Amino acid sequence: MTIPNTRIIAIAVLSSTALLGACAKKAPEELPPTPQATATPTTSGPSTAPSGPGVGTQAHFEQAVGSNAVVYFDTDRFNIDSTDAAALQTQAQYLGQYSQVTITIEGHADERGTREYNVALGERRANSAKNYLVSLGIAANRISTVSFGKERPIALGSNAEAWAQNRRAASVVIN
Amino acid sequence: MIMRSYLALSLALFAAPLAAQNEDLGEPVGEGGNVETAFEENASEEGGLTGSVTDESDWQDLGIAIPAFATDRERSTPANASGTGALGGEIARVITANLRNNGIFKPTGPDALPKPSFAQITAPSWSSWNGRGAEMLVKGYVRARDDGRLVVGCYLYDVALQDELIREGWVVRPADWRRAAHKCSDLIYARLTGENPFFDSRIAYIAETGPKDKRVKRLAIMDSDGANHRFLTLGSATALTPRYSPDYSQLLYLSYVDGNPRIYVYDIGTGKQKLVADTGNPTLAPRWSPDGRSILYSMAVNGNTDIYRVSANGGRSVRLTNTPGIDVGGSYSPDGQKIVFESDRSGSQQCYVMNADGSGQRRITFFGGRCATPEWSPRGDQIAFTRIAGDFNIAVMTPAGRNLRVLTNGWQDEAPTWAPNGRIIQFFRTARNSGRSGLHQVDLTGRNERRLPTPVDASDPAWGPIRP
Repeated sequence: MTIPNTRIIAIAVLSSTALLGACAKKAPEELPPTPQATATPTTSGPSTAPSGPGVGTQAHFEQAVGSNAVVYFDTDRFNIDSTDAAALQTQAQYLGQYSQVTITIEGHADERGTREYNVALGERRANSAKNYLVSLGIAANRISTVSFGKERPIALGSNAEAWAQNRRAASVVIN
Repeated sequence: MIMRSYLALSLALFAAPLAAQNEDLGEPVGEGGNVETAFEENASEEGGLTGSVTDESDWQDLGIAIPAFATDRERSTPANASGTGALGGEIARVITANLRNNGIFKPTGPDALPKPSFAQITAPSWSSWNGRGAEMLVKGYVRARDDGRLVVGCYLYDVALQDELIREGWVVRPADWRRAAHKCSDLIYARLTGENPFFDSRIAYIAETGPKDKRVKRLAIMDSDGANHRFLTLGSATALTPRYSPDYSQLLYLSYVDGNPRIYVYDIGTGKQKLVADTGNPTLAPRWSPDGRSILYSMAVNGNTDIYRVSANGGRSVRLTNTPGIDVGGSYSPDGQKIVFESDRSGSQQCYVMNADGSGQRRITFFGGRCATPEWSPRGDQIAFTRIAGDFNIAVMTPAGRNLRVLTNGWQDEAPTWAPNGRIIQFFRTARNSGRSGLHQVDLTGRNERRLPTPVDASDPAWGPIRP
């Protein structure tokens, strides 16, 4: 089975500003639009960027975890492999640091499946990611899930590379 | 309507979201009027002539002349700006298009034929029609009653035998004039093929616009020939997988209007909708039972999807499947006794049959590839499904999973739905890369396939029964 070569393995640099530069391999072009600008960052956050996004925003989450906000799956599969586990550990550390933040995990499937099955499959993938975060100590009530099936592809081609990018569970901060 | 107490409680608690759930709905389109049969006397007792449309190519050389319907006297009608005479021509054109578009016959329409007088409707001049090479002749009339309603008569003649085969008439509101044309098409089709009718029916589907990553998906309905098209939702929320209730008064479909996949029942008369199962979990794949009293749906709980049944009047749901795999969809046999559904409990999507109470679940597909979106034929003799074996194609098999026949050869053909008579299958085809989609239909021979025109791209067709 193919594994997207866009994955990031480095997780040591968690919550460091250096991560912004480190995740250049994967364009952080995530599903939701960039959230609305919020007020100046609170002092409770890490003294990373003096005028960066505030805690509780998608931008702050993405700045901290980079491409680890998304995990990818093989065709028709929903298991968490070692790469997924590393990404989710990154998310878990962020959520552990900012206990007020809640997230939604959006499950997706590629276009090469029937519509209803793909909605169910996306739900299964989102729950796999959620369950892994819960196993790392994140409270289940801080994580909601939603499946978009094959309705919201991020890569638009009809080829193996595009499908690999679309079989995903994307964590987003919704405030 | 009886509402159980816990349901009433949840309605009270979630009053605001319930109001929000209507925010993607357009203006109600209202329900159509009734069609009253005007007369049935003199109908032939013989039944169909010969054969069956299983091999429809036999019929394609049968010439049918369909001249303009006559009118007893020219009157104005809301059905046609030029009056009842022009309406008679329109009715003949609709019948001609029906019979031609489905690859069944070789009809000649009113624009290439002389226009019979009202008196000639029941007294054809045989020699002139014989000279045109027409084997069958359809004649009819339109008469505007004083109450504004239209009476449409339809006559089928065998030119060689110089005999009337069948006649029937209907009284319709002017707005329903096309239904009279469909009824006449059905009369001709049924008399000549011995099969059940299907033209006087409607189709619900999802209208699609916009780029592949920002597709706008709206609930839409139309007649079986694409006419009387209406959008029911505005497109601010993604709508998927509609199903007409057997009496056409309601539609089940999936909407993301509250941000999550949930199935709603939309009332066509009022233009309002409500949640089918207010459980807080994602629900999908709604289906009616043949009598319209029960609703099947699938629900994901902690990522595991199973099939449930609930009364159309609400109440407690009954869980029908209970496996770790994805069990989804479901289509009742016409007698309501069995359900065919798909499950990946074996490792990949395959089709299973169970009793209506969930007992006796057994896999029926073993021919390689996958089986998805099974739909039981209204005749009961076949199950159509999406066969996934490299490409996605529409296939049929017996309810025992035998006699696999693949009917289409697109790159991604998906989601079959049966014509009311179980002789034609509609589905949607998605193009590689562009993601453009459209409705197609194919007969059981696989030879007569055509695209059904829609105003915009289209998917998830659901063909309703013959209209009441």
